[in-house]
Amino acid sequence: MATLTQTRSGFRRRQQSFAARIWRRFVRNRLAVASLVVLLCLAAIVLLAPLLAPYAFDEQDIELLGQPAPPSWAHLLGTDQLGRDALSRLLYGGRISLAVGLAAATVSTALGTAVGAWSGFHRGWVDTVMMRGTDVVLSVPALPLILLISGLLRPTVPLLIVIIGALSWMGTARLVRGQFLSLREREFVEAARALGATNGRLILRHILPNAVAPITVAATLTVGQAILLESAMSFFGFGVQPPTPTWGNLLNEATQWLDSAPWLAIPPGLLIFLTVLSVNSLGDGLRDAFDTRA
Amino acid sequence: MMSPRFLLRRLASLVPLLIGISLLLFAVIHLAPGGPLDFYADNPGVTPQALAEMKAALGLDQPIHIQYFDWIKAFLQGQWGYSIRTSRPVLLEITERLPATFLLGGVSLLIAFVIALPLGVISGVKRYTSIDYVLTLISFSGISLPVFWLALMLQLVFAVSLHWLPSGGYEDIGGGSFGDHLAHMAMPVSILAFATIAKWARYMRASTIEVMRQDYIRTARAKGQSHRGVVIHHAIQNALMPFVTVVALDLVNIFSGTVITEAVFSWPGIGKLFIQSMDGRDYPVLMGIMMIASLTLVLGNLLADVAYGLIDPRIEMA
Repeated sequence: MATLTQTRSGFRRRQQSFAARIWRRFVRNRLAVASLVVLLCLAAIVLLAPLLAPYAFDEQDIELLGQPAPPSWAHLLGTDQLGRDALSRLLYGGRISLAVGLAAATVSTALGTAVGAWSGFHRGWVDTVMMRGTDVVLSVPALPLILLISGLLRPTVPLLIVIIGALSWMGTARLVRGQFLSLREREFVEAARALGATNGRLILRHILPNAVAPITVAATLTVGQAILLESAMSFFGFGVQPPTPTWGNLLNEATQWLDSAPWLAIPPGLLIFLTVLSVNSLGDGLRDAFDTRA
Repeated sequence: MMSPRFLLRRLASLVPLLIGISLLLFAVIHLAPGGPLDFYADNPGVTPQALAEMKAALGLDQPIHIQYFDWIKAFLQGQWGYSIRTSRPVLLEITERLPATFLLGGVSLLIAFVIALPLGVISGVKRYTSIDYVLTLISFSGISLPVFWLALMLQLVFAVSLHWLPSGGYEDIGGGSFGDHLAHMAMPVSILAFATIAKWARYMRASTIEVMRQDYIRTARAKGQSHRGVVIHHAIQNALMPFVTVVALDLVNIFSGTVITEAVFSWPGIGKLFIQSMDGRDYPVLMGIMMIASLTLVLGNLLADVAYGLIDPRIEMA
C-alpha cells in the first residue's frame, strides 16, 4: 500500500515546484502550522510595540515608586519597583529577545555553513584542521562557557549576538560537512566541473542548494536555543543590561520580589516558553516536511 | 572488533585536544578586560604600590604565555593553582563541592532514566496516536522551558505560597536529617529530571521508530511473534544502543546541566562555586572548573565510542 501512495504522489510531484511540495507537506502538520501562526503574531506584536505599548519602557509612574504595584486598569500587568509599566516592558523586552535570537542564529548558521562547506568540499588537511578546531570548541561544555565569557565581558547587544553565534555553530558545521562530503561525489557536480565551473561556483550554485533543507531545520532550532541562551545570560545579569528590558533580565529583576510581587515573574517566562516551544515545533514540522522517507 | 591500537590512538589524540581546550579557556579568561584585583583598584585605601605587589604575588604581572606555562605546571603538579578568594588549592575547592553536585545530578538522572525509557518506547511504537501526541507535547515543553523560570515558578508555588518546601539551600540550620535533605532536594531534582526526561524520551522515541522499520522486525512479525514480544525482545534491545550513548554523555556532562539549577536554589555544588568565582574573577578556580567539565566531557565521548564498539559487534574499529 505504501508503494501505491508513493507512486501516486510521485506522479503529481512533477507538476509542482520543490517549495510548493514542501509547503503542502508542512501544512498537513497542524502543530507546526499553529506554531508558525503563534510566531508571526508574536513578531507582529513586538514589532508594533511602540504603537501597542501603553507607556514607554522607561516611563515611571511617580505615584507607584518604591514597591511593585499589582495589576490594575492603568497598568494591566502591574508595575515594577520603579513604577514602570510591566506590560510595556514586556513588549519592548520581546523585541530585544527575539532580535538577539534571530541574529545569533543567523551568525551561527552562516559560520557553521561556511566552515562545514569549506571543510567538506576541500577535504584533506583543510578538513582535518577545521574539524579538530570544531572538536575543541565542542569539548567545552557550551552553557558554562557562554556564561563564563558573558560574565567576564558584560557584553553589549551586538557582542552578545556574536558570542552566542560563535559558540553554537559546531552542530551546523558537522551537518553541512557531511552533506558536502557526499554531494561532492555526485554526478551533477562532476558534470558542472567538466563544464569548467570554478570551486566557488560549485560550492554556491551546485552543492549548497542541495543542502538547504537540513540547514534550514538546524537554523530554526538554533533560533530557539539562542533565545534560551540569551534569557539565561540576562537572567544571571551577564547579558543585556538594564534599563534595556529583555525577557531574561525582566525575570532577573522579578526574583527580588518573588514573594511580594509574583505577577512580575510569570509573563516574561511564559513568553520565552511559548516562543521557544513554537520555534522547536516549527523546526520539527520542517524536518518532517523535508524528510522524503517518512 | 576493537583493536588495542584503536584505543591507544584515541587516547593519544586526547593530548592535543586537551591542550587546545586549555589554550582556548585560558585565552577567554585572561584576555577579558578587568581582573581579580579590580575590587582593590577601586579602593582609595590601597596604594598603587600595594596593588602592584598583590599583582606580582599572584603572578598576574607576567606576560600571558608565562602565566599559561605556570598554570600548566600547577595543573600537572596536581593542585591546579590556588584560589584567589580563599587561597586554597583549586582542586580541593572543587572536590569539596563535587559530592553535592553528584547527589543532585545522580538522583535526577536516575529518575529521568527510569521514566524516559518507557515513555520513549511507547511514543515510538504508538507513533501518531493521541498518546504519542501528548507525550511529544510534554517532551517538547521540557526542551523549551527555561530552566530558571520553571525553578522560579516552583519556588513561587511550593515555597512562597504553600510553605511546603524550603526555597533553596542544602539543609536547614540545625537540620540535616534524611527528611530535611529530601525536602531541599525535591524541587531542584524534579526540575533537572523533567528537563532530562524531555530530551531522553525524544531520543528513545526516534531510536525506537528507526528500529521498528528494520527488516528483522518484519521477520519476527512474520514468524508469528506477538506485537508485545516483538517490542520487548527485538525492538527495545536494539533501540537501546544509541540511547545509552546519549545517556552516558549526559552523565559525564552533569555539571553543565546543574549550573543554573544550583544557582537558583543556592545548592552548594560546583555550579554555585562557578557563579561565585565569576563575581570575584577567581581565575584559577574558573580555569579549574572549566577544565574538569571539559575533561569529563572528552573522556565521556571516548567511553561512549568504546562502549559502542563493545556493545555492537557490527561496528569496525581499526
